Amino acid sequence: MGFEQIVFYVFSATLLFAGTMVITVRNPVHAAMFLVLAFFSSSALWLLLEAEFLAIVLVLVYVGAVMVLFLFVVMMLDINLIPLREGFMRYLPVGVMIALVVIAMMAYVVGSEFSGHSIPARHGADYNNIAELGRILYTDYVYPFELAAVILLVAIIAAISLTLRRRPMVKHQDPDAQVKVKKEDRLRVVKMDAEKNN
Amino acid sequence: MIELSSYLIVSAILFALSMAGIFINRKNMIILLMSIELMLLAVNINFVAFSYYLGDTAGQVFVFFILTVAAAEAAIGLAILVVLFRNRRTINVQDMDSLKG
Repeated sequence: MGFEQIVFYVFSATLLFAGTMVITVRNPVHAAMFLVLAFFSSSALWLLLEAEFLAIVLVLVYVGAVMVLFLFVVMMLDINLIPLREGFMRYLPVGVMIALVVIAMMAYVVGSEFSGHSIPARHGADYNNIAELGRILYTDYVYPFELAAVILLVAIIAAISLTLRRRPMVKHQDPDAQVKVKKEDRLRVVKMDAEKNN
Repeated sequence: MIELSSYLIVSAILFALSMAGIFINRKNMIILLMSIELMLLAVNINFVAFSYYLGDTAGQVFVFFILTVAAAEAAIGLAILVVLFRNRRTINVQDMDSLKG
């Protein structure tokens, strides 16, 4: 058994173990942590498939941003976990059965169709995955790339406008009004006679 | 060496696991969102494996776009979750029945 196979089996086993724990643990924080483990191990699998850029992006974007967002939300909400666990054992047989059916169907298709595929040779040390991906991304897929940027912008605006909340009781400064204020608004010169000295 | 079907079977098992997770945790909305993320990860593994074994970089470009859309989806989904919890004080899926659907 070669080194690559050992790496593949170890990280696949870790990935499947982490996936099982994500759907079965009681605490959502632990589930998020196991999801992080799943992302790390699948990133190792992608490195094995010579997709270096995507493996690094998976760790940076998913573990670094999306999962931190998940953890923030899970920890900020004060959730009562007891009612959420109701029916776990009741739906467990259905879930296991559906999983087995899906695995059987996919294994039937995948095992018969793709077993005799030739294994490509490894690229040399001068192969640059990022340069190759960038070349195809900025030529053939430049319009989808710009659409992805627009989708991210829409996501930013949607997330901010959904969670923005105006509280009428809170006092705060209004810099706009502060800048626009003039001397006449605040200062009033009153002409009056001087007091008589007795 | 490692065959293409090994990667496909790993990703199929992961997809089936996350599908079972949606059925098992049908009340906890956070776990439902995490199961969707796992499903997308399984699909991405398929894309990367086919990209390597067919020698076509287009599969990796698709993974790039899936990652972008999934990040946007997670951000908006969690924002909706926060607003929902602020208004209803619960994230139980079965309590969201005001539309009587």
